[in-house]
Amino acid sequence: MTGGVVVATLVLAVGTYALRLTGPLLHGRIEVPARVRDLLAAAAVVLLVALLTTGALTESGGTAGWARPAGVLVGGVLAWRRAPFAVVVLGAAATAGVLRAMGVP
Amino acid sequence: MRSLLRTGRVRRPDVPDPELLRDIALVCAAGGVVGLSFGAISVAGGLPVWVPVVMSVVVYAGAAQFSAVGILLAGGGPFAAAATGLLLNTRNAAFSLAVADVLGRGRLTRLVGAHLVTDETAAFALAQRDPVRRRVAFWVSGIGLFTTWNVCVLAGALAGSALGDTAAYGLDAAFPAVLAALVLPALRERPPVRRAALLGAVVALAATPLTPTGVPVLLALAGLLAWRPSTRGRAAA
Repeated sequence: MTGGVVVATLVLAVGTYALRLTGPLLHGRIEVPARVRDLLAAAAVVLLVALLTTGALTESGGTAGWARPAGVLVGGVLAWRRAPFAVVVLGAAATAGVLRAMGVP
Repeated sequence: MRSLLRTGRVRRPDVPDPELLRDIALVCAAGGVVGLSFGAISVAGGLPVWVPVVMSVVVYAGAAQFSAVGILLAGGGPFAAAATGLLLNTRNAAFSLAVADVLGRGRLTRLVGAHLVTDETAAFALAQRDPVRRRVAFWVSGIGLFTTWNVCVLAGALAGSALGDTAAYGLDAAFPAVLAALVLPALRERPPVRRAALLGAVVALAATPLTPTGVPVLLALAGLLAWRPSTRGRAAA
């Protein structure tokens, strides 16, 4: 796993820095069209939602049981009600932890 | 001079306002909590302490780091993890274009400044009116955020390694909840994005039993077919 982690970190770091350099490098020579900016912003949201949905409901190709989705749901509701970040994290973890302690898979 | 006198006190553009410093401190504190969670969740999930710590210094992009680590911990390939993170970071290219003026003239300043471009630093810089204030806001928020983020990730990673069986604490549920907290503001404001995200999530779930880890999330981009750019002039309600 370590090799994969190193490769992922390296590719992500170099690529991210390259993206951040576009401004200083291309400065004044191009302007990103508003449509493209909107599309990229939408793509980011789509990726995050897919990641959180699969992360909440699945575990190595199968289902993740009930405790984890319930915890995520509690965290999501807290976030929707604009609870502070720490409350969201602790609410989600505590819900899943308590359910598991009660024997819920 | 008259405008300076009218404000009642002399304001120097190269010194940040107390209000600005307070706002930056609040954003740093909020980012610090996210950093603590990132460090703790990564290590609790089974990664060595150095992974979140090094990643935070060299990648320095919260949502992308969470996504990449999430895919790696789920057993996904390094390229799926990096590709997801990079797609999330494409917005930094747009921000860096927006703040290109602000970074400064020297080559070293621009190379260092580019690494500090985030949603938050761009927002702080662009909220200021004159160029000197923009530059000050960018650098003060950039250095502040970079420092707190990395210190907190280290602290979180060390704390995470002190935990034992993490499933018992429900930390696996904290991870998707973090992503929900990051994405909710965008979902709340933009219905077309909501439709695209819903379709993408369905595609990703359907693909999960059939494709290797990390791939379903990339397939979710098909959800963008349900997305329409908001036309200017029409209310973005």
